Amino acid sequence: MDLYIYNSLSFWGYFMKSQTQTEKSQHGSVRSYTIGFLLSIILTFAAYIPVVIHQNSYHQTFSHELLIPLVLFFALLQLMVQLIFFLHLAGSGSSARWNLAVFISTVCIVLVIVIGSVWIMSHLNYNMMSGSNMNKYIQNQEGIHK
Amino acid sequence: MNKHDNNDKTIFGFWVYLMTDLVMFAALFAAFAVLRNNTFGGIAIRDIFNPPFVLIETLILLTSSFSIGLTILSAQANKKTQTIFFLLTTFALGVSFLTMELIEFSHLIHDGNSFQRSAFLSSFFTLVGTHGLHITAGLVWMGILIIQVLGRGLTISTVRKLTLLTLFWHFLDIVWIFIFTIVYLFGGIL
Amino acid sequence: MMGFIFGKLTFAALPHEWYTIGGAYSMVAMGVGVLVVLTYLKRWKWLWRQWLTSTDPKKIGMMYIIVASLMFFRGGLDAGLIWLQQALSAGGSHGFLSADHFQQIFTAHGDIMVFFVTMGFLFGLINLIVPLQIGARDLAFPFLNSLGFWLYVAGAVLINLFFVLGGNFAATGWLAQAPLSELQYSPGVGVDYWIWSLQVSGLGTLLGGINLLVTILKMRAPGMTLMKMPLFVWTSLCSMVLVISVFPILTVTMGLLFLDRFAGFHFFTTGFGGNAMMYTNLIWMWGHPEVYILILPAFGVYSEVVATFSQKRLAGYISMVCATIAITLLALSVWLHHFFTMGAGADVNAFFGMMTMVIAIPTGAQVFNWLFTMYKGRIRFFTPMRWFLGFVSTFTLGGVAGVMMAVPPIDFQVHNSLFLVAHFHTMIIGGALFGIFAGFTYWFPKVMGFRLNERLGRYAFWCWIVGFFTSFVPLYILGFMGATRRLDHYDVSTGWQPLFMVSAAGLVIIACGVALQIAQVIMSIKQRKQNLDTTGDPWNGRTLEWSTASPPPFYNFAIIPKVASRDAFWEMKFSDARASKDKHYEDIVLSKNTAMGIYVAGFVFLVGFALVWHIIWLALVGLFGAIACVIIRTFDEETEYVIPAAEVAKLEAGRNANE
Repeated sequence: MDLYIYNSLSFWGYFMKSQTQTEKSQHGSVRSYTIGFLLSIILTFAAYIPVVIHQNSYHQTFSHELLIPLVLFFALLQLMVQLIFFLHLAGSGSSARWNLAVFISTVCIVLVIVIGSVWIMSHLNYNMMSGSNMNKYIQNQEGIHK
Repeated sequence: MNKHDNNDKTIFGFWVYLMTDLVMFAALFAAFAVLRNNTFGGIAIRDIFNPPFVLIETLILLTSSFSIGLTILSAQANKKTQTIFFLLTTFALGVSFLTMELIEFSHLIHDGNSFQRSAFLSSFFTLVGTHGLHITAGLVWMGILIIQVLGRGLTISTVRKLTLLTLFWHFLDIVWIFIFTIVYLFGGIL
Repeated sequence: MMGFIFGKLTFAALPHEWYTIGGAYSMVAMGVGVLVVLTYLKRWKWLWRQWLTSTDPKKIGMMYIIVASLMFFRGGLDAGLIWLQQALSAGGSHGFLSADHFQQIFTAHGDIMVFFVTMGFLFGLINLIVPLQIGARDLAFPFLNSLGFWLYVAGAVLINLFFVLGGNFAATGWLAQAPLSELQYSPGVGVDYWIWSLQVSGLGTLLGGINLLVTILKMRAPGMTLMKMPLFVWTSLCSMVLVISVFPILTVTMGLLFLDRFAGFHFFTTGFGGNAMMYTNLIWMWGHPEVYILILPAFGVYSEVVATFSQKRLAGYISMVCATIAITLLALSVWLHHFFTMGAGADVNAFFGMMTMVIAIPTGAQVFNWLFTMYKGRIRFFTPMRWFLGFVSTFTLGGVAGVMMAVPPIDFQVHNSLFLVAHFHTMIIGGALFGIFAGFTYWFPKVMGFRLNERLGRYAFWCWIVGFFTSFVPLYILGFMGATRRLDHYDVSTGWQPLFMVSAAGLVIIACGVALQIAQVIMSIKQRKQNLDTTGDPWNGRTLEWSTASPPPFYNFAIIPKVASRDAFWEMKFSDARASKDKHYEDIVLSKNTAMGIYVAGFVFLVGFALVWHIIWLALVGLFGAIACVIIRTFDEETEYVIPAAEVAKLEAGRNANE
């Protein structure tokens, strides 16, 4: 870890001088990669630590309703960080624009696939349940534990 | 048709391919989401989730994504030795990641919890395993590129290929964010 | 030991039924016949150098069309067997096919027609015409184009291979639904052949989709903005967007099924927590956009044909583009209408039912725009125009049936009945196939350099349309009478047999149509000297492909045209832009021929074959061979060659002198 910080700091000066502004936005720089790296580490821990606390306290600390959106939020943030700092999708060049357009349309398809499947399959499962399973399902959903 | 146009087309085309790969992973995620509770009496994801182990895997892959970023910067600055150094670093980190994943898989199989045990385990092994296969392919590609850069130096062609590999590797790290979150962390929560 | 070398392959796999023997012998005979002819004419080198290793999209396009035509005969033969069986097999008679054999036939018929015929023809047309229409010389990735074609061929070989080795194809219906396609209920190699032939050709399709998307977005002639592209290019673009979006889902789904069968996974099995309904969900998530992938380029052909033969510019260009984009987006949101009856409940069914009805709207808008184009035009009734007019009536009928079935309560009555079968055949034949025929007859002079015999084309069209209605209108009626699909036998008391016989009569008429089409091509070749297309523009066309000679030179355009408006060539014709004598030629860079596409596809074929028969060492050989070839290719820096400007000038001068 130290080696990286040392290396990146010593190269930082060199790279800063040898790149124009547009080059930086299209190809990145040591600075942008380092920022992205550090942010990603922070976001990884930010999601990890609450989950471990939750697990170690036998699911008592932090509820599902809080943790799931929280963890997803950090994942999406880290996605954006990596898209911007590693993949340079926020640039202004025409190729960056096309890449972004293709990416956004693919994300829409991904959402249709995942959310569509979960929606449909959960409805199918619901309608396939036998009487005793239905009882168990309702108990689970309503949080009724014997 | 000059070389710059070639670069532009090839990189865009590779990006489009990565998007098809993303759709493929989406289908695997959908299968996992639907089947994650179908444990057929066997172990569930909360039994698989070993927090420190997965954290270390994640940090290794993240660091390798950083080092490959430094690789491409070195290549664009025409510094051949530096490029090879960072590429080798990325390679080593990638191999470590893969080794840890294989250890996790072999423990599961050894304990009788292989992909044949239940639908949940089938989907777990397939989703995580497909990511691992992509990492393997990336490592093979990295090896070939190391040879090409050593042999031919940093030409327009080799730098373009390094760019493609970099995109590929970053993409795999992004997919891993979601495997880490949706497979492992959710397993710890629910 | 034998198990290791040969996997599951034993002598029992060799043909021993009448149909496998017949099929094996015919295919081997055809293959040997081709080899003999090639040797006799001493054309091996020519074939290899000029065609098989070519990366020229015009050559690849023609090869796609030839292979697709061959597969068309196989699929048509299957259709004929289905027709005859269903006409004969009532009451005491059980026809001439066993139930299991009949099931394999309708499965093969569906897969061949969708994957190898329609997609093959469409990729052929797109390869031939799109580069010319956008003013480009090649696709973005010529090597990938060749590879994609050879993967398609490898898939075609795999789907026919069971005749020679294996004896059984999948008997599961064209989409091989789980759990019927799982090992427990389909223990033979049939489903494995199904999986691997479609995986291999699907990979080719995906590569082609990426290639065409990048080509259309990045290689248009200067001045050709997106809103100046011909409609055929727009629809091809949207079709490829769909290919990229959904073929990975097919790859995954078939891959998961294969893992279930091969390695004991439990995605879709009936036990161990598997969920067979997830297979249905995933396969239709691919399957529905697939039919839009098939129809969109056909719509593009119609746009071109209507404008040219009404001698008017296409009405409502912007609304046509918007409608195409709308169809593309909506195609991704309707897949559940294929399994309304699987029990997802009213909420889910209602949503997908509504989305399905919505998708009829942009399609209707397109039909109206075509009709508006004809209005006050000076219509010329050549064969391509007839196919368009046949399409309008046919597709409207099928489309109305589709909108009916979009309503879940109606669908509950007609799901998997012959009403459904009639609907989708109307759409595919009336929509996609007629579009392919229109495109084929429209662009034939451009590609081949001489015109098709008009009279035979006219007769063929009439046979097809009369035959089609004779065949499929009875099926709509039968569907309402309660006949389900895929029946190999039924009771006489149902009263269905007379209608099945009428339908079979339609088969005869369609067969006449096909025979006339073959005759048309043969006659046209015989009469080609009288029908040469010397101007390059036999129809007074509007788009750039008509500005080249017929056939175009191998580099398409000596000088890349500058485009200023839609219907670029029309504008060029009337602004005398072509008349300038001052031609400034530049060096032309083209892709070299390469055999790597054939080798990689060959290794991939080995992988598929080996996995069907569980021959692990062979699968590994295939895998490493394919990877090695790709790696070797990446070490090759000399993949292009240059034609110097002076050489181009000479070639052009030579061509102009010959005109």
